[in-house]
Amino acid sequence: MESPLTVEAAETAEEAEEGVEEVWRAEDTTPNDVEAALRELLRQRHMREDIVAARVLNLVVVVDRDWRGEIENRLERLGRYRPSRTVLCAVEPGRTTLDAWAAMTPDHESGPEPLFREQVELKVGPQHIAHLDTIVDPLVLTDVPTLVWSPHGHAEAVDSLARLGQVVLIDSVAEPDARAAIGRARELTEHAYVVDLAWLRTTPWRERLASSFDPPEWRRELAAISTVTVRYRPDSGASALLLLGWLSSRLGWKPGSMAGHEGSLVCHATARRQDVTMKIEPMPSQSAPGLAGMTVETASGISLSLDRAPGGLAAVRRDRRGAESKWTLTGASRGEAGILGEGIRQALLRDPTYRPALEAAGTMLS
Amino acid sequence: MSTVAAPTGSENPLEAGLERLPVHPTTLVIFGATGDLAKRKLLPAIYNLAHEGALPERFNLIGVSRKDMPDDDYRQIARESIEEFSRTKVDEKVLDAVLSHVRYVSGTFDDASAYERLEEAADAYDEDAGIVFNRVFYLSTAPEFFPTIIAALGERGLGEHEDAEVRVVIEKPFGTTLAEALDLNRKVLDVFDEEQVFRIDHYLGKETVQNVLAFRFANGMFEPLWNRNFIDNVQITAAEDIGIGTRAGYYDKSGALRDLVQNHMLQLLTLLCMEPPVSFTADEVRGEKVKVLHAIAKPTPETVPSMAMRAQYGPGVAAGEDVSGYLEEDDVPEDTVTETFAALRLEVDNWRWAGVPFYLRTGKRLARKVTEIAVTLKPVPHLAFAQEGSVGVQPNQLILTVQPNEGVSLSLGAKIPGTRMRIRPVKMEFLYGSAFLSQSPEAYERLIMDAMRGDATLFTRNDEVEAQWRVCDPILEAWRDTPGPLATYASGSAGPEEADALLQNGTKWRAL
Repeated sequence: MESPLTVEAAETAEEAEEGVEEVWRAEDTTPNDVEAALRELLRQRHMREDIVAARVLNLVVVVDRDWRGEIENRLERLGRYRPSRTVLCAVEPGRTTLDAWAAMTPDHESGPEPLFREQVELKVGPQHIAHLDTIVDPLVLTDVPTLVWSPHGHAEAVDSLARLGQVVLIDSVAEPDARAAIGRARELTEHAYVVDLAWLRTTPWRERLASSFDPPEWRRELAAISTVTVRYRPDSGASALLLLGWLSSRLGWKPGSMAGHEGSLVCHATARRQDVTMKIEPMPSQSAPGLAGMTVETASGISLSLDRAPGGLAAVRRDRRGAESKWTLTGASRGEAGILGEGIRQALLRDPTYRPALEAAGTMLS
Repeated sequence: MSTVAAPTGSENPLEAGLERLPVHPTTLVIFGATGDLAKRKLLPAIYNLAHEGALPERFNLIGVSRKDMPDDDYRQIARESIEEFSRTKVDEKVLDAVLSHVRYVSGTFDDASAYERLEEAADAYDEDAGIVFNRVFYLSTAPEFFPTIIAALGERGLGEHEDAEVRVVIEKPFGTTLAEALDLNRKVLDVFDEEQVFRIDHYLGKETVQNVLAFRFANGMFEPLWNRNFIDNVQITAAEDIGIGTRAGYYDKSGALRDLVQNHMLQLLTLLCMEPPVSFTADEVRGEKVKVLHAIAKPTPETVPSMAMRAQYGPGVAAGEDVSGYLEEDDVPEDTVTETFAALRLEVDNWRWAGVPFYLRTGKRLARKVTEIAVTLKPVPHLAFAQEGSVGVQPNQLILTVQPNEGVSLSLGAKIPGTRMRIRPVKMEFLYGSAFLSQSPEAYERLIMDAMRGDATLFTRNDEVEAQWRVCDPILEAWRDTPGPLATYASGSAGPEEADALLQNGTKWRAL
């Protein structure tokens, strides 16, 4: 077994590309050795530079060994949103021992005095997953929140890390079966705060809808909503359901179960004044994950449509007489890297509206 | 799980949990639309808000300036400014969408027909959209035009708009003397109610300035020490390493005291000294700040020489280059006595702060660019440790750095490793930008949004600006009556040695 205190210059092309200057690596090692190596990396950095790491978040990522590169690339594109310490656990079939790699990487984009991100990569075997918490526990920074993300499934690993991780990052649109995705999210909310990228894809839509109905004369129309249609990329049904769930929970509707109807899913909700028809329609022409558009109609005969358009969302409002008004709600696309970055930032916040939206979406799928 | 009531029309149930709260559709009018501030700060801030999806659902911009040009030419000016100064990479589609709602009105600020055209343009936006937009008039002009523009808006009846809010944002400086500030307040309040007026001090839009409040009122460990019993002195520094550049025309009429002390530095002092507000609403916060200003002993002709000093930078070396003194700068009158450095010792005479000196200093062409608040605690009452062979026990210092490395640092005494008990200070440093996984918005982005939203917490109230002038005006008067010669300091230095005379009880200025 190698000494945990031997730190070497980075040597691989991959390390150089990531800006890694020094690394520690060991085969068949232990969590305590990895932790000692992290302390040594920090000590050496302190000896050379007067830096203090302001640490706010641990991220523990569990991935399949073969797809590790894709996740690393996504994390690399986070820029400023990179967590203080990232522990990436790559699960390798057949492995029985623990290999590890650790580095402190300067983030030169952060300014003249670069911040340093601590990175740990562990190669673990399937047998380690059920007790992954005992491996990861010494490696996370104490007293800052720990976010757990397992993009390739490994539900057992997430359950194992529940003791350590206060926050779980999921992407409900990554699960092909929306019912299973919503069910799993509901299960996770029982013991952790959940940040769902599918939910974050609805944020601009929620903000714009809240804004459109903010003027007092429009706010009154919220009670008269009769039909809501949400259009979405076919693999992003979870986002569409969460948006409807959010409207239901915020407006006090009692939704029924969704049923198929001409390629769409439709359900009815009971509102104080009248029933509301809620519909989700897949839009195969939509390229980016998430939502394509939505239309809200009221019993008083007015409607508002929001659809993706160059430079933001195209809004069309039709009044009772059928007169149309069109405008653009400006906003740049955040891209998938931006949404993941936002997901990591959200680990520091608490959104009280996700869980009620999720419960309502669950009811629609019951 | 949060409970929800069915919508009643009085509250917006959809805004819960959202980080960006809805803002009513707004038409923003910028006076001085081709000026430096508009091009470098305001237009890029508006673009960045659009990029983030933070602008109101519907937003229009009308630029007003003297130069005669069609809308398209102004849109091109705006496009170029945004492309040059935006903090985010410009998305052309977003920019096109923003610029499609930009119009331009030309005219001098005293030309009644310009206001008629402005009203027509703003009304046209209302009619086209079929809604009534709120209106925000942003005065980004030279200060001598403020009264003219305000009066013209009033004469045209633009101070109010049926079924909508009308607000006016006024850039600094708000007067150059107390008398001017009082006069300007009178003129502004002849047309607008105080609730409609947003006097901007962009320092308050900085995240790190707002963080002073978070630091004080969200951390129980500091508040028990935050008083005369534990704090020995406070130094507030706003040092710039550059000279006046091409701003001689403005700067020579202003000087360091008006340029930075009357507004930014007194804002920092009030945030540092204020009592905890009952709530973080505009009037509660500003009410507490005004109390601090009222507690500052008003300088008199007799006290000014011992509590305030001024100086001008002379020739020297800055960043390895020989540089000229203030009097040799282009367009500076050769006999001017305008100060490029000002230092004050103030006292806040209230229960919490009586007897604690607050040292303020600001200057151009100093050794380093830094804005910070340094709070020095009183030394420990008894030293049990040997001083021999070490620098010894130093009083703790808490440094709140506003720029350029925004953060908080704390100096602590610690044992030097070895067999003897020798102590030296060590510094714990927290860099603000490193902590929160996000980029701070530009001050102007925050302040423009607050003005459109009608939240005046980060703007200066009429009595606050008057109280600021009540502190500075007697100093300026005393300096006017004793015109010189002024002390000088070498460019690139830490400032004039004469500033040391303000310090009491062995205190030294912190190294820049």
